[in-house]
Amino acid sequence: MKKVVDLETIKPLFKDGMTIMVGGFLGCGAPERLIDLIMELKLKDLTIIVNDTAFPDRGVGRLVGKGIIKKVICSHVGTNPESKRCLNAGLMEVEFYPQGTLIEKIRAQGFGLGGILTPTGIGTPVEEGKQKISVDGQEFILEPPLRADLAIIKGTKVDEFGNVFYSKSTRNYNPTVAMAADITICEAQELVKVGEIDKDIVHTPGIFVNYIIEGVVA
Amino acid sequence: MINDRKEANIVIAKRVAKELKDGQVVNLGFGVPMMVPQFISKDVNVIFHSENGLVGMGADAPSEAIDKDLTNAGGVYVTIEDYGSYFDSPTSFGIVRGGHLDSTILGAFEVDQEGNLANWAVPGKFIPGMGGAMDLVTGAKQVIVAMFHTAKGSPKILKKCSLPLTGAKVVDKIITEFGLFEVTPQGLILKEIQKDSSLDEIRKYTEADYQVSPQLKRMDDGSPITA
Repeated sequence: MKKVVDLETIKPLFKDGMTIMVGGFLGCGAPERLIDLIMELKLKDLTIIVNDTAFPDRGVGRLVGKGIIKKVICSHVGTNPESKRCLNAGLMEVEFYPQGTLIEKIRAQGFGLGGILTPTGIGTPVEEGKQKISVDGQEFILEPPLRADLAIIKGTKVDEFGNVFYSKSTRNYNPTVAMAADITICEAQELVKVGEIDKDIVHTPGIFVNYIIEGVVA
Repeated sequence: MINDRKEANIVIAKRVAKELKDGQVVNLGFGVPMMVPQFISKDVNVIFHSENGLVGMGADAPSEAIDKDLTNAGGVYVTIEDYGSYFDSPTSFGIVRGGHLDSTILGAFEVDQEGNLANWAVPGKFIPGMGGAMDLVTGAKQVIVAMFHTAKGSPKILKKCSLPLTGAKVVDKIITEFGLFEVTPQGLILKEIQKDSSLDEIRKYTEADYQVSPQLKRMDDGSPITA
């Protein structure tokens, strides 16, 4: 079971029309080398699940306006003028969820739950068309899980088994998306031997990572 | 009336700062709320939460000491206090929805007398998404709206919000450059007036119904106003 591979090995995993989840928050903690690969492969019709579309020069933001993304499922696009242009021109679709709802939908998939009940959005346009459930007199919105064909994440320190440590605020969505897709590819900022990451500080256990590529130092 | 927007911002931020108590966990929205920390008394330690996954957030990082692994929810490079910590997004929003956040301070397009808040979408205009705002106003123990009293003279404190809501019946306090209102089950109560404003002026620029507190105070120094 050799997880550390070169980019050639993982190229066939990327296909037009697939759904890809991406770690990162406004590009902090995003797998930039894997995003380079998506651009290089000239993929199209992708559905991207991500917190936000970052900035035109960072993270998923670099894919916007290149004819790659058909639809983005996220909480916010306001920091990327390209997103605004593409959405206004009908070149990209968007599905918004409140940030705390989005991450829980992803978590529900990874954790094998049938969905989550959240009070967020009650009495707002977010509840429209959704099932509501009352628990002890309080109303909640039922939000089903979100899955993906592929998850791409970035770890600060990754061992050859796929155990991942994320530095500081780079953790964000990474550990959660790592559990919610059929296949997870981790970009390692620093690749180390098994045993070199203290087991007490592993954020993503290696069993969730299928492939590891060496990234570039941010 | 304060006509200078910068001065109005300072008046609002200074008053918001007084609302924050030692040891409270607080999330600040963009704009005026971001100005609040500079006006918090030195003997009051407020613990700042950032949606992307940290508590104990410090000031913005000086340009010579940027750590690219450490940003706030606006993508700005920041610092962290010694007692701070990092976590993933489910934990970050567990803090918010789970009742572990004492206050959230944010701006608004509209607020109404029932405490409804609209600050994310204007029909017919580009909608950037709600980000974390809906979770924050739903989960925080106290929601403080910090905003200009009017939009170019049009009231923003209304009988009923016309824009899509961010949260229904969520607002606790409204702080503007004119004064401070509390949202109560009995409706809005004007509790404080800024020294350059007046009861007449507030009535003129507020659409909502409200009562004037019998213990009306000056917003600037908390001194009583005798009718």
